[in-house]
Amino acid sequence: MLYRENGQFKTSYTADQQIFPILQDRVAIGALLAIAFVIVPVFGSEYIFRAILIPFLILALAALGLNILVGYCGQISLGTGAFMAVGAYGAYNFLVRIDGMPLIGAMLLGGLCATVIGVLFGIPSLRIKGLYLAVATLAAQFFTDWAFLRIGWFTNNSSSGSVSVAGLNVFGLPIESPVAKYLFCLSVVCVFALMAKNLTRSAIGRQWMAIRDMDVAAAVIGIRPMYAKLTAFAVSSFIVGVAGVLWAFVHLGAWEPAAFSIDRSFQLLFMVIIGGLGSIMGAFFGAAFLIVLPILLDQVPHWFGIPLSTATTSHLVHMIFGALIVFFLIVEPHGLAKLWSIGKQKLRLWPFPH
Amino acid sequence: MGFFLETLFGGLMAGMLYSLIALGFVLIYKASGVFNFAQGAMVLFAALAMARFAEWIPQWLGFDNLILANLLAFGVAMLLMIVLAWAIERLCLSKLVNQEGITLLMATLGISYFLDGLGQTLFGNDIYSINVGMPKDPAMILESTFEGGLLLSKEDLIAALIAAALVAVLALFFQKTATGRALRAVADDHQAAQSIGIPLNRIWVIVWSVAGFAALVAGIIWGSKLGVQFSLSLVALKALPVVILGGLTSVPGAILGGLIIGVGEKLSEIYLGPFFGGGIEIWFAYVLALGFLLVRPQGLFGEKIIDRV
Repeated sequence: MLYRENGQFKTSYTADQQIFPILQDRVAIGALLAIAFVIVPVFGSEYIFRAILIPFLILALAALGLNILVGYCGQISLGTGAFMAVGAYGAYNFLVRIDGMPLIGAMLLGGLCATVIGVLFGIPSLRIKGLYLAVATLAAQFFTDWAFLRIGWFTNNSSSGSVSVAGLNVFGLPIESPVAKYLFCLSVVCVFALMAKNLTRSAIGRQWMAIRDMDVAAAVIGIRPMYAKLTAFAVSSFIVGVAGVLWAFVHLGAWEPAAFSIDRSFQLLFMVIIGGLGSIMGAFFGAAFLIVLPILLDQVPHWFGIPLSTATTSHLVHMIFGALIVFFLIVEPHGLAKLWSIGKQKLRLWPFPH
Repeated sequence: MGFFLETLFGGLMAGMLYSLIALGFVLIYKASGVFNFAQGAMVLFAALAMARFAEWIPQWLGFDNLILANLLAFGVAMLLMIVLAWAIERLCLSKLVNQEGITLLMATLGISYFLDGLGQTLFGNDIYSINVGMPKDPAMILESTFEGGLLLSKEDLIAALIAAALVAVLALFFQKTATGRALRAVADDHQAAQSIGIPLNRIWVIVWSVAGFAALVAGIIWGSKLGVQFSLSLVALKALPVVILGGLTSVPGAILGGLIIGVGEKLSEIYLGPFFGGGIEIWFAYVLALGFLLVRPQGLFGEKIIDRV
């Protein structure tokens, strides 16, 4: 009844090509942004910011970056944690070694470092495909784990690679309180989500999708596989690198290479798959699912007053988490974003049967 | 020269142990096209079951005989792995037929989370030991040829022999038995195999059980070497470059890949390590495999990948 496009006529190409062509969608996204930018900062508690919202936003950004590579270009990567680490340590070095480096500048330069490493480890994708590539990208993961632990220059010669940053500020505004951190992350995520959405709707995005669907066929119709694959690696690792900077600087404050271990890579890949491959929205759904679920599972025994030791709880959480992932893959292999679009299709007709 | 040979032998034996784990990957990939990330969790689960049952069974039945306890524990653990294979097939794989490779990969990751949790809930999360009577003292050989002789770990030697025997048995099973032929048929083409009356579901249970058996053997050997603890499931990550180096579909590839990686790791740590500041073992195997894949994308013995539009 409420959600339908009847009567919304497009009279110009710009109107036809906008991101949200349906008025109700525009209203909904506007309301969502208003809630996120105004209402949540006013009413949110510190715990919600620290434990849920900030990790959610940053990991959603990383998942967004990974989704460009895996979901749009079809190149499976298990080295996401590595690219996050490169971004974080790159930005750290720029911040420490150059006097008066602004946070935004360091963040973008950190992203660029991740881009360079991403393209470097993306080169094998020209020869290797599918699962072989997935395992090959693990090389990036183990190499950076080792490099940040063993090569002192990257970490300013601190022991065991643990470093910290303090006194962050953007244009003179301090990023110290949870609300400020949240708003900063939210702004960055919004900018990058918009950028990613537009990139995937453009010529290069269509090239990525052609490569994903069948790279030989794409090459035959004149798409350069090298250019398409390497740009996907570049854009993806830039976004992932920026997410790494945010994770290290804003969320953790002090970190060591273990913060970007192989578990992080798997976690992000889970987000992308559960959220939905090839969908910007999916990255957010996936991140929300994977952040909230463990917290909820942790709380459930407390609600019922079941006394369980911490170790048992963590094992049970592991089990339920694994089982739920399998369950979700069986029920909807195309992810939560697919469920969302099915829901929207149904809503167009509701409450009429057809 | 003596030192070089010693490192070489050490590498070869470590390599045999990697191939043992790599075998599990290859078996399942060959027969069902699933890249089984849960192999490491299966190794941990099997080793935990073996370690704990070897401890519990004598208590329950009230006898004191190491060999009997180990044999019984092996039987029970194997039974558990077969039940596990059946459950995985019934609850997970049979519902995911015809899904893309990446979905199946993620499903096995989910299984590995589940198994990690289940194993430690059932069997506890301390460090356990498996005592199957492996000799711990090293042996000296060729003392006449080299000054001081070559130091060899007997434990590694026995492990390598067991691995070699396992590979021989598996090769015979695949080449000579009717079930093995059915497995190869399924690996070639699911639909064609089904159309001539090979029951896919039963084949999958069998192949996951065989992979479970490989995991159990690997778990016992690695467990008696390192102790049974959570980090055992990470050993599987070491075996991944072995699999892609050897080719995902080739049993001999898994063996040769394991040997190459084992030797490469040990030699590089000794001869290249000092230039990089040490600890390069963790990534050397991956970079070696990566470099190799650039030349031969399908691995050493993998089937040639042919692209058709």
